[in-house]
Parts: sequence; C-alpha cells; structure tokens
Amino acid sequence: MRQGLKMYLWLLAVNLFISAFTFGGGYVVVPMVRRFFVVRRKCFTEEELVNMAAVAQSTPGAIAVNLSALAGYKAAGMEGAVISCAAAVVPPLVILTLVSAFYRVFVSNEVIVAVLRGMEAGAAALMVDLIVDMCAMIQKKKSIFLSGMIPLSFVANYVLGINVALILLVCCFLCVVQVFYKKRKER
Amino acid sequence: MSSVWKLFFVFLKIGLLSIGGGYAVIPLIQEQVVEKTGWISEKMFTDIITISQMTPGPLAVNTSTFVGLQIGGTAGALAATAGCILCGVVISLTLYKFFQTHRKSAYVMEVLNGLKSASLGLIISAACTIVLSVIYGNHGPAAGLLTFNRTAVFLVLALLFLLRRWKMNPVVIMVISGMAGYVCYL
Repeated sequence: MRQGLKMYLWLLAVNLFISAFTFGGGYVVVPMVRRFFVVRRKCFTEEELVNMAAVAQSTPGAIAVNLSALAGYKAAGMEGAVISCAAAVVPPLVILTLVSAFYRVFVSNEVIVAVLRGMEAGAAALMVDLIVDMCAMIQKKKSIFLSGMIPLSFVANYVLGINVALILLVCCFLCVVQVFYKKRKER
Repeated sequence: MSSVWKLFFVFLKIGLLSIGGGYAVIPLIQEQVVEKTGWISEKMFTDIITISQMTPGPLAVNTSTFVGLQIGGTAGALAATAGCILCGVVISLTLYKFFQTHRKSAYVMEVLNGLKSASLGLIISAACTIVLSVIYGNHGPAAGLLTFNRTAVFLVLALLFLLRRWKMNPVVIMVISGMAGYVCYL
C-alpha cells in the first residue's frame, strides 16, 4: 500500500512536470515520458513506449494527454491512468488562466520570449534524440515493409500535407493486406 | 441547456473528432468555437494559437481552457477541458488493452507494428516543423537565408550532444535551454 502511494505521488509529480514543460504539446511528450518512465524508473521498455505512442497517436484527442494516461495505466493500473490524466491537464489550465489575464504583458516581455525560444531549442533536441533511438529500434526488426513505412508517412504528412487520419487508415489497410498475402504463401 | 453543459458537449465533440493532434486540429476547433457557436472572435482565436505556441500543453486543452473561462468562468474551463480529453483517454486505454489481449493474432500485431512506423514518420514530420521554427524563427525557411540563426543551430547541436553523451534529465535540459535562450536571444 505504501509502495502504491509512493507510486501515485511519483506519477503525479512527473506528469505535472512533463505537462508544464512540453511546449506545443503532442509528440514532445514522447521523449519526456521515455526519459522518466523508461530510462530512469524502468516502468516499461522502449518497445512498450512505442506501442503506447502508436496507440495515443492513432486515437482521437490530444496525444500528450492520451500518452500520459497510457503510461500511468501501465505503471499503476486504472488509478495511475486517472492520476496521470488529471496531472497532465492541471498545468495548461493554470498557466492559460494566468496568461489569458495578462496576455498583453506576457507577449511583449522580452525576457519571457527569449527564455521560451531557448526552451524551444531544448524541445527540438529532445525530439531528435528520441527519433534516432526509435529508428534504430524499428530497423532491428529487419522488415523492409516496416522500415519503409517511416519515410512514406513522413512524406505523406510533411511534404504532401495529407490528413493524419487518412495516413493511419491506409497504413492499417496495408498491414492487413501484407499479413493476408504472407499467410497465403505459407499455405 | 446551461452554458457549462454546452461547453462540455462541444469540446467532447472536438476531442472525439481530432485525430492526430497538433496543428491538424486547428481548423476543426475554429469551426466549432468561432463559426458555429460564435463563442470567441477570429482575432481571439489567432491569439490563442500564439499563446499555445509559447506555453506548454496541447492546443486543444489550451483552447478549451481559454474558451471555457470566457464563457463559463472556472466551471466552464473545467467542463470544457474534461470534455476535450474524455473520449481520447477512454478510447486510448480501450485500444491499448485490445492490443495487449490479442498479442497472438498476426493481423493485430502487424497493424500495431505498422502504426508504430507510421507514427514515427509523423513524429519526424513534427520534429521538422519544430527544428525549422527554431532555426528560422516563426516564418520558416521561406523567409530566406536572412533569418537563418547560427546561434540556434549551435544551441540545438550542443543540447543534443548533452543528451546523447550523458543521457541528461529533461528537467536539466529544459533549464539549460531556457538559460541559454536568456543569454543568446535577449
């Protein structure tokens, strides 16, 4: 029980922190979750994190909140999911309430703007770091199909600007077709 | 219907329909809170996007807080935010459990593997946007080489080195980058 309480408090603190320092939301959360849950605390493996990120990405809603809930669930069950989720929305709630009251002062303050720009560089570095490791992990599977999917979805989204939901649907379809043909060949 | 309930349901809808997150959901939110309900003005919506870029938290959650506050005070902000995240979290947890219980099915596993690769592609896409915004400022490379910022390139590379070499804690990285921003950009 005491162990459980400790875990809940840790989840609360970590999710508050992650949420308070991930600018722009979305994918910036993935490297943060990885550093805390996988590298430091070893709650789950890198492989499981990528599973969660794929699920959080493929379902509706904010990716950051979805991923927090999944990580909390994996670490401490349903209670963990609820705690993580609540902790993930508190910082934006509080910060936006304050900022909306002092909007004009906020955007014209040079110190704040400079610090935030620096932090943007920090977020960029965290993302590149994550991408390097994730690519290496998918390469390990030695599947041309899975490795090829990475540049394909990147080009579809970044260059062609195709809707994310459509990209994911086509991806699921291709996977099913691929397994279907593999099974027929085996027979 | 009281405005708090209406906020909850409109943001429930936004949460349910916004797949992919990030900037992909801007048009959807705009349609709901500016055009359909007229809760906030076009100008205010652009302001929210600017604020969201500068502050932590997902855009949808930031917008729900802001709009909720305007329409229904603190209760409105809480209702809108709860509505916004509810569907996503429930569906995520359900889908994750589904994948866990069907580990033996070749189809399910291949779909999950495929989704992993595709999401990595999307993450790279998001990273490109962020890296370019760091290096070129908000206008992107289209604004020309004039806005190219060498300090920013150096900063990203130095931070990346700290991360790869010593596996530094993200707290430390964010504090260092914030201080570096103060020194370099002020």
